[in-house]
Amino acid sequence: MNIAVCVKQIPDPAAPQSLDSSNNLNRSGKLILDEADTYGVEMALQLADKSGGGDVTVVSMGSASDVAGLRNALAMGAAKAVIVSDDSLRGSDALSTAKVLAAVIRRESFDLVLAATESSDGYTGTLPAQLAELLGLPSITFAKAVTVEDSVVKVSRQTEAGYDEVTAPLPALVTVTAGVVEPRYASFKGIMAAKSKPLEVLSVADLGLEGQVGSVGAREEVVSVQASESRQAGEKFVDDGDGAKKIVEFLESIKVL
Amino acid sequence: MTVTSIWVVAEPSGDSFTTTSLELLSAARGLASNVAAITWGAGASLASLAGEYGASTLYDVADLRGSLPGAPVASAIEALVAANGAPNAVFVPNSYDGRDVAGRLSARLDRPVLTNVIGFGDGAGLVSEHAVFGGSLTVAAQFTGDGPGIFVVRAKSFNAEPAGGAPAQVVAAPTGEVGATAGAVIVTSHVEERTGPKLEDASIVVSGGRGLGDAAAYEMIEEIAKLLHGAAGASRAIVDAGWVPYSHQVGQTGKTVKPLIYLACGISGATQHMVGMKGSKNIVAINKDGDAPIFQIADLGIVGDVHKVLPALIDELKARG
Repeated sequence: MNIAVCVKQIPDPAAPQSLDSSNNLNRSGKLILDEADTYGVEMALQLADKSGGGDVTVVSMGSASDVAGLRNALAMGAAKAVIVSDDSLRGSDALSTAKVLAAVIRRESFDLVLAATESSDGYTGTLPAQLAELLGLPSITFAKAVTVEDSVVKVSRQTEAGYDEVTAPLPALVTVTAGVVEPRYASFKGIMAAKSKPLEVLSVADLGLEGQVGSVGAREEVVSVQASESRQAGEKFVDDGDGAKKIVEFLESIKVL
Repeated sequence: MTVTSIWVVAEPSGDSFTTTSLELLSAARGLASNVAAITWGAGASLASLAGEYGASTLYDVADLRGSLPGAPVASAIEALVAANGAPNAVFVPNSYDGRDVAGRLSARLDRPVLTNVIGFGDGAGLVSEHAVFGGSLTVAAQFTGDGPGIFVVRAKSFNAEPAGGAPAQVVAAPTGEVGATAGAVIVTSHVEERTGPKLEDASIVVSGGRGLGDAAAYEMIEEIAKLLHGAAGASRAIVDAGWVPYSHQVGQTGKTVKPLIYLACGISGATQHMVGMKGSKNIVAINKDGDAPIFQIADLGIVGDVHKVLPALIDELKARG
């Protein structure tokens, strides 16, 4: 079974986030593989393994000046990586990004497309459904368990009340939640092997999408950016054994007790 | 652009619409004179409820025969746009199915989506407000060009208030061409049992995070929630770790809560968590790291070990009966 996994290299979430002069997320620092995507990579490797063969391809869009995140996915076991990197893609919205990823995925024949439910930096959360629609695929979002049998993908999908068992015929797109599997750490052997695995960098022209994607394709604009009315920090105490009493007093003061 | 017409994706839930759907109907009727709701399944029986919250028309996609709503509902909306012209905006609840509908509709209409909307500003046209970076910044955005704006709106951004309108007129809105896209089918549904008030409705929420150390320590969270007649919540970290079910998760990908009091125990305050709880009236935080971001928004902060503070708190609450 051949599987494509959509991944994103993002600024380290531990570092403070900011907006650049065009009100885009500042991505100038070091980039890492979004942790949310490591679950999709791991799931893909396990499903390909269980199906008795097939390749896992990681597909991405963004700056290719730093590809450590993609190498990390290759070191985990993916066979190859494709990243679309082009200055004209700055300011892309989710629909533009979906068009780019769809064009990459259409170049090959995949049985399954995996993605995270949302990225940890932009967290728009609509890209997978946009991508599925562009590819003409059924999709199951928010998977907490995934199995494939007889060309049917079976997913336990989170709901407001619990979960649903949902099936779809392949080819299909599935988004996985964090925690769906335990992502493996790349082994030394894996890291060495990743250095010689194919990592293809494509431009917008390579995909024939000139003038259709990126900031040209974005039809929304930021009107203003303001600091939110921030909550004031209240009192802070170091617990000297009286922490619980202080909480009870607080609860009394707001008439909860 | 003068806003005259807004369509609201109204998700059926039992014998009502979801609360967020009602919030969006309430918001829409304040922004446009002509509001329509789009629903499916048993939603057509809710014409009077839709009318009460401001919809004059209820488009009924009808029985989805087990399909996940995303593909069939998006195709029905596209067909409505083709037949009747586009509204100024489509409001979609930020829920599992809502995000599917919005994403697929976006691709079908070739219009972008603005997500994580928490409000709409004054002035001409629709200017949406978005909380970014854990709520420290508010970004205002608008669509350019022709076609409807698709807005995915977070729960509890507006109040759900009936306005006493007449029942909405029910109009059939059949699914359009879906090809393979509607192939995802629900086989069985499982409801996780919960006792006490629902997390999203509770006036008291007690949440635990990674600082608890292990899954067993979450029992303290549940006990305090029970003693206070509140609901037990959790950070994404411990849900991902499998300590508690997803239905307990508060935050960006979980529930949005705005209780009278939110007690954060062993939660550092990641962006993803803060978005879901910073609207709480009062916040109390217990964390052993005095520099944890959660303390920046806490009305009362206790720098200490949850394994000492929480047992003492349980004793205090029990002593009060």
